[in-house]
Amino acid sequence: MLTAIINLSYLVGALAFVWGLRRLSSPDTAKEGNRLAGIGMGIAIVATLVAPSGGGDGNYAWIAVSLVIGTGIGWRAAKKVAMTDMPQLVSVFNGLGGACAVALAGLELGQVANGMKETSTSSLAILLTTLLIGGVAFTGSILAYLKLDGKVKDEKIILPQHSGINMIFLLGLVVFAAYLGWSSGNISWLTIGMFTVLTLVYGLSFVAPIGGADIPVVISLLNSFSGLSAAAAGMIYDNQIMLVGGILVGASGTILTVLMCNAMNRSLLNVLIGGFGGTAAASKAATGDQNIREVGLADLAIQLYYSDKVMVVPGYGLAVA
Amino acid sequence: MDIAQLVAFVDEHLLMFYLLLFTIILGFEIIAKVPTVLHTPLMSGANAISGIVIVGGILLVKQAAATDLFMLIGGSLAIVFGMINVIGGFVVTDRMLEMFKKKTK
Repeated sequence: MLTAIINLSYLVGALAFVWGLRRLSSPDTAKEGNRLAGIGMGIAIVATLVAPSGGGDGNYAWIAVSLVIGTGIGWRAAKKVAMTDMPQLVSVFNGLGGACAVALAGLELGQVANGMKETSTSSLAILLTTLLIGGVAFTGSILAYLKLDGKVKDEKIILPQHSGINMIFLLGLVVFAAYLGWSSGNISWLTIGMFTVLTLVYGLSFVAPIGGADIPVVISLLNSFSGLSAAAAGMIYDNQIMLVGGILVGASGTILTVLMCNAMNRSLLNVLIGGFGGTAAASKAATGDQNIREVGLADLAIQLYYSDKVMVVPGYGLAVA
Repeated sequence: MDIAQLVAFVDEHLLMFYLLLFTIILGFEIIAKVPTVLHTPLMSGANAISGIVIVGGILLVKQAAATDLFMLIGGSLAIVFGMINVIGGFVVTDRMLEMFKKKTK
């Protein structure tokens, strides 16, 4: 009976996520949508807390202390930050979500290394995927934060042919993961450690060549990564709400990334391999080739609604022509 | 992993794959028509939802033995990270959306 109630709570939580995200995508209902998603999260956490601990010892003291510490830090950081520094903070939060997934996958793989768990190739593959995606989201977001905050200058961390190097790096990681996943005999603390470190370095290297102006797009992309890693972790625990929440963020994060690129008149590929694309576009605008951003009807209506002053220039297009 | 094993895995978890597919489509559809001004709050809100990974951390610590300090510390760290993401994410989104309060003129 308890299990049934918990499963139903997960269903309600997942529904709150979907509905909340939907309300979030319209200005009038956005605030309410955010709260709704928050309630969904609360339901999911409480349901997980009361769920039977499946042969373990429960360890509620550990959980309670961790929850309180996390709440305290998150609350303080979110309340203190200045409006203009919010994107950076979101990036840090996102990185921590990735770090959470990395810790989970690392610990589970550690269990396998200790020979405490029998694991099939498919669950090994899921664990390695969680580790890889979560790791990139983790260090990538941290570097994105540093760049956006101006703590790291673009020029200092870009290698020649950086996007080429990244491709080879990623390929190497996938091959390494395939080797590890081939049989649980290949899993040891040493190989897991190496894979984790390489993944974290790749996360840095992935974000390094992306110019400062494009960083918000990258944060959105990394956000969808951390969603995907949460979904992959959900497959480890066979937990539906992690799966739904994670995939929902993964999918909507991806499409949001594309929309953000469109709003800047760029393609995602261009942003990812463009290197100094951001600065190049800016200087082009100054020297005469104008960047014009078209706005759709719905977008225009919302922008007008929230603007204080509007300038109408009749015949501007004709004058430019 | 050979193909037969993969097919068997998908078949075994068929409902999950249905869920996966429909959730992807749902995620795309919800966001497809969102105004530019909402991009950042939406990213932030979605980021808070991705903190659902914390559920995994709680499960991990609950399933650990009370003597297994390594798992307990590692798992607790995961919960702390996840909780910062969740609480911070929702609160910061809420603050961002303060800007969209209806103007009373």
